[in-house]
Amino acid sequence: MHFNKCSEATRNPNPTPDLNPNLNVSKTMQAAYFLRAFTVINSASPTSSTMQRRRSIRRAAYASMARAAGNRRAWSRAVLRRLHRGVCLSSSARRVVIRRRIRVSRPREPGQADVLRSLVPGGKAMDFCNLLEETATYIQCLSAQVRRGRKDIRWVYYPG
Amino acid sequence: MSSRRSRNITEEEINELISKLQTLLPESRRRGTGRVSAAKLLKETCNYIKSLHREVGDLSDRLAELMATMDNNSAQAEIIRSLLRS
Repeated sequence: MHFNKCSEATRNPNPTPDLNPNLNVSKTMQAAYFLRAFTVINSASPTSSTMQRRRSIRRAAYASMARAAGNRRAWSRAVLRRLHRGVCLSSSARRVVIRRRIRVSRPREPGQADVLRSLVPGGKAMDFCNLLEETATYIQCLSAQVRRGRKDIRWVYYPG
Repeated sequence: MSSRRSRNITEEEINELISKLQTLLPESRRRGTGRVSAAKLLKETCNYIKSLHREVGDLSDRLAELMATMDNNSAQAEIIRSLLRS
């Protein structure tokens, strides 16, 4: 995504905007990846615990988001790397030891930038401008994933 | 790679990107349409992402519980129907 496209952003009163067409992530693609993962989990051993299933479905949700976005975004590459290594995907669920890093001096950044970096996958390696762009598409894909999840649950209760 | 790295990022460009983030926040989090400080907007953005993470987690948990009570065929049938509908 070229930098000057950022200035074309329209003021959108819709709280859940459609995915940016420039990102080229179709709803069908994202849903297709989720279906595949869901099917694999569903046919797994029936003796798997609820905890394991919960974890699997959460991973499937992030995996489908990241695979649909592909290698085009730094956050999706970061999620795919984490999936590959089998580590926690959502920083909200993180229980790992935080490795000490030498803090890079980042001038002219609001304090919250560091918090944002910890929330967006791959954020720690980005400069502030990249971080803001990645955050925008990450939010779009996250909210699309949430809408997807709500739809799936609704149809379990109200099929047809 | 983007040519952006070869020039200084201006305050104005950063403000534009932050404004774009503001449009992605739901109405209840936008803190009005007037000028809002970048710091406040970033804080709201962080809170919003955390709530989205929580929601993905909650939905996943609920789906997992539902799957435990369903048989294979009906779950897959639901997902397939939802794909066809979307």
